[in-house]
Amino acid sequence: MNTEAVKAIYKNEMRRTRNTLLQSIAAPVISTALYFVVFGSAIGSRIESVEGVAYGAFIVPGLMMLSLLTQSISNASFGIFFPKFTGTIYEVMSAPVSFFEILLGYVGAAATKSFILGVLILITATFFVDLRIAHPFWMIGFFLLTCVTFSLFGFIIGLWADNFEKLQLIPSLIITPLVFLGGSFYSVDMLPAFWQKISLLNPVLYLISGFRWSFFEVSDVQVGISLSMILLFLLVCIAIVWAMFRTGYKLKP
Amino acid sequence: MTERKTIVSVKGLTKTYDNGHQALKGIDLDIQEGEILALLGPNGAGKTTLISTICGLVSPSDGSVSVAGFDIIKDFRKTRELIGLVPQELTLGAFDKVINTVSFSRGLYGKPADTALIDNLLDELSLGDKKHSMVQQLSGGMKRRVLIAKALSHEPRVLFLDEPTAGVDVELRKDMWAIVERLRQSGVTIILTTHYIEEAEEIADRVGIISGGELLELEEKQILMSKLGKKRLVIELKNPVDALPAELDEYGLTLSGDGTKLTYTFDARQERTGMTSLLSNIATAGLVVKDLNTQQSSLEDIFVDIVAAEA
Repeated sequence: MNTEAVKAIYKNEMRRTRNTLLQSIAAPVISTALYFVVFGSAIGSRIESVEGVAYGAFIVPGLMMLSLLTQSISNASFGIFFPKFTGTIYEVMSAPVSFFEILLGYVGAAATKSFILGVLILITATFFVDLRIAHPFWMIGFFLLTCVTFSLFGFIIGLWADNFEKLQLIPSLIITPLVFLGGSFYSVDMLPAFWQKISLLNPVLYLISGFRWSFFEVSDVQVGISLSMILLFLLVCIAIVWAMFRTGYKLKP
Repeated sequence: MTERKTIVSVKGLTKTYDNGHQALKGIDLDIQEGEILALLGPNGAGKTTLISTICGLVSPSDGSVSVAGFDIIKDFRKTRELIGLVPQELTLGAFDKVINTVSFSRGLYGKPADTALIDNLLDELSLGDKKHSMVQQLSGGMKRRVLIAKALSHEPRVLFLDEPTAGVDVELRKDMWAIVERLRQSGVTIILTTHYIEEAEEIADRVGIISGGELLELEEKQILMSKLGKKRLVIELKNPVDALPAELDEYGLTLSGDGTKLTYTFDARQERTGMTSLLSNIATAGLVVKDLNTQQSSLEDIFVDIVAAEA
């Protein structure tokens, strides 16, 4: 195991974040704060509590998930896409590193950034709403699993994308709608019966539901199902990455 | 030279890309430790594919490569630790400081951080005062040096330079040759690809000529030049002539404009060069020779001949 290489990639990626601190960290925090002001305070003050939870607090887990998902994907996909785009990937590909080590470095850094971001959003939220976390361990568990899984997913997109359009395609066309329709801002119980059933096809619903349960013990689906779904998605991502690496997909002619 | 140890051994290497293009058609090549080998060939000859395969950037279709006895696929960690690669394109991350990108390379190759070594390396490449500069602010020549520093950061024993002086001005090219010479003295084996004949002629110990995915020639530079070289014999006459005498028709001579110089081209590889009979026929024709002069053809002439013969 070439731990020096994993460290080098990880540190290099984290340094890139420090160089673009505003874009990487400040922007998502500000936009989340805006969500709190608009949905939590302005609109939320006119909405009764949802399942016994004040609306402002109710949306916190959903908002965190919204940022974690989009930022994990964007960090990890850009992290591997950029060296591919500039050509600097040659160095990683000709170094004595295995694909697993490359993955560990890039995905590890992307997941770390998302984790830091999530913590910042959580802290931001406490300025606006009264938060309680019923199951902190479960909360951290869901939190970490989401960071890792979606960084892995982003890494796959970054490997697959060979232009900037493709890089943006999946996040904007698929992930954002799934997150918004996955109950970030509402409980699926509020939907008509038909749309409730449709919502159950949305994998993000399970994430948000499980995460929300760890805060408030209210959920749209059972927490066990939520956990299974995210683990399943993690396994799917690992399988795809493994297959890509075995064939040298788009990295090695 | 020939008793030297082989450090890189390429056997029957072929590469066919997915689009069906066969870039390498069975290359056999032994690179000796400590030598400078120039791979000479026109664009698209397969030079870059060959070194990319040895460095692990391209998967071989068939054949094998070993570095210091280790297989490049089975023992990729061992072989890659020994190798440094300077790519043809100036590929550097835009937002990096010189010191960071060079240290990154060292880490990537599994070596623990060593500030003194990196500082020393940067000084040697005249990058000492650019240590904290952002790479995108550097000139092309400086970027090339940064790439060399990156490739040397893990102290490799074999260095591949892919077109190190492509698009580089004369001054910098000379600089680059000096760097290569210093590296050789430190014991590093150097393989460089080039399409500048003068570069191969200037710095290489051995020259391999690649065209159409095949290694057409591989010889020590002097041997290649004398073995394959055509020689020219220039005969200066005491008294100018208006036309070539009939006795000299069979030699394909050319006569200079002022009628004082005859040029005879012959193949140095042949047992009989025809020089003796030419000179006696000149005497028979009643011409008086004032001076004789033979010239070796350059690597460029040889190269053009070989590639043309294959085409």
